[in-house]
Amino acid sequence: MLEITRVAKAFHAGTPNEVRPLQGVSLTIPDRSFTIVIGTNGCGKTSLLNAVAGTFFVDDGSIHLDGHDITRWPEHRRAALIGRVFQNPFSGTAPTMTIAENFSLAVRRGLGRGLGPSLHRSLLVELTDRVRSLNMGLENRLQHAIGSLSGGQRQALTLLMATWRRPALLLLDEHTAALDPKSADLVIQLTDALIRREGLTTLMVTHAMPQAVHLGDRLVMMHRGRIVHDVSGAEKQRLRPGDLLDRFEDLRRQELLDPSAAALLQAAYV
Amino acid sequence: MTLVIGAWTMGIILALLAIGVYVSFRICDFSDITTDGSFTLGAAVVATLLVTGVSPLAATGASFLAGAFAGCLTGILHMRCKIHGLLAGILVMTALYSVNLHVMGKSNVPLLSTDTLGTYAEKIGVQLAGGQPSLHVWGWEVATKEVAALGAVIGLVLVIAAVLYWFLHTNLGTALRATGDNPQMIRALGVNVGTMMTMGLALANGLVALSGALLAQYQGFADVQMGIGMIVLGLASVIIGEALVGTKQVGLAIAGAVMGALLFRLMVGLALRWGLNPNDLKFMTAFFVFLALILPGWVTKVWKTRSAESLHA
Ligand SMILES: Nc1ncnc2c1ncn2[C@@H]1O[C@H](COP(=O)(O)OP(=O)(O)O)[C@@H](O)[C@H]1O
Ligand SMILES: [Mg+2]
Repeated sequence: MLEITRVAKAFHAGTPNEVRPLQGVSLTIPDRSFTIVIGTNGCGKTSLLNAVAGTFFVDDGSIHLDGHDITRWPEHRRAALIGRVFQNPFSGTAPTMTIAENFSLAVRRGLGRGLGPSLHRSLLVELTDRVRSLNMGLENRLQHAIGSLSGGQRQALTLLMATWRRPALLLLDEHTAALDPKSADLVIQLTDALIRREGLTTLMVTHAMPQAVHLGDRLVMMHRGRIVHDVSGAEKQRLRPGDLLDRFEDLRRQELLDPSAAALLQAAYV
Repeated sequence: MTLVIGAWTMGIILALLAIGVYVSFRICDFSDITTDGSFTLGAAVVATLLVTGVSPLAATGASFLAGAFAGCLTGILHMRCKIHGLLAGILVMTALYSVNLHVMGKSNVPLLSTDTLGTYAEKIGVQLAGGQPSLHVWGWEVATKEVAALGAVIGLVLVIAAVLYWFLHTNLGTALRATGDNPQMIRALGVNVGTMMTMGLALANGLVALSGALLAQYQGFADVQMGIGMIVLGLASVIIGEALVGTKQVGLAIAGAVMGALLFRLMVGLALRWGLNPNDLKFMTAFFVFLALILPGWVTKVWKTRSAESLHA
């Protein structure tokens, strides 16, 4: 279970450039929940995932995962619990190293790294099996540099790497946004199948309304560093892309109104 | 012939430097100026210990450790104290200048009357040669001592290259390579990037110091100036090596660094024979590295504009 409690973060605090991507976010994700996060550009979705993964420390609030208070854990320590796929396909793989070597790194996520050989036969056998299950023909290219693959192939492999050892939490940050539509579809199908089959606790950011509506069992909408909507269960199942657009439109209209003016109007007309 | 053997011996000793620079520059993706200081440090430590009667093997080992320690410092300044990488190297290199003077006690320590690794090699060599002080190689008469020194450094570099190759394929070594390739990714896989970089720089500078220690023993003195420009020399070797083997694959890249060092030595020898003023050597080396760094990007750019133009035509 992931428990985010009143988490806040400011960049460049106290300067004219101050940004506050997280302004008291609280969110509890039970085990095996597949939660989707949406929101306009710059509303703090990536920052939320970064706060959980430990890319930076939060200014306020706490983060608990799997029974541990990880608020002050450095990123590499949290990685023992967290699997991650980034938006940019270049971020998740070591380009000059082979596919097999990249996996040999992922296999030891959260384990010690000593002087044993990184590639051994039993790993290669299992790797061939698992990569073959992607149906991308990559099992014949395990000794090729992973940098020579397409973005879609790299994201599929990164997903496999992130989940090779079952993570307590899987973080996906618009991991298909940089792909062409066909590859994006493929990676999304793969993602959904994997998460369902393994019952992975997942927090996934997406910009694509169809994905937001059709995937997952819960949907969270962020706006200006806050969570403004949170639907799950039957309500989530009934959701249509149009509903989400309406919600965005509501937010935009509210924006136009200064809170004090809104209060006056409300007093006058309601 | 003695001259040729001497040039090869120097080349092989500097190949060790090239391997060290390969580790920092390519594996860790870090331009490490500490190299200039740790090369001299290796020479200073070995010379001082030899003069005080420590066995050559222990003294040479100590110089590796001293260099590794200097590399650790640069790694900590950069990763822990968040000082820019180049500046971290400059700070440690500058500090090492004083350290080296203190270690040696003066600016030059001669090693002519002390036992060195070369003495060991000579003893073994003379034994193997059946007690003859000189050998005939393709009709040339050469001192057994020279051949033994060459054989010893070749053996040493082979062993070190093999150990490095093995290490870079262990779980730890693979993580080190990934650190230079994509720190964001390896952090997300649970590796402490700061520790990895520090370890990589320690290894790199240990090898560089070892190279300095061997050079001091071979040429018979340690000098506080001997490290100047070594980083550029190492870079030149690594870059030539990459051009020779044309791949980033670890085993070939290590072999490439060794060959690059030898080839560069050869080029320098030829240039000097053709009348290059020795004072211009460092300038030419720097200029060469400049060209090697700039040319590939420039060629691709020209090539891209060409192909773009031909598309529009
Ligand atoms: N490391 C950072 N330094 C400064 N500003 C940042 C940093 N990371 C994010 N921001 C800012 O925080 C805001 C939210 O960013 P982000 O979380 O990436 O938004 P989203 O992913 O929802 O598009 C943006 O204004 C962005 O510029
Ligand atoms: Mg984002």
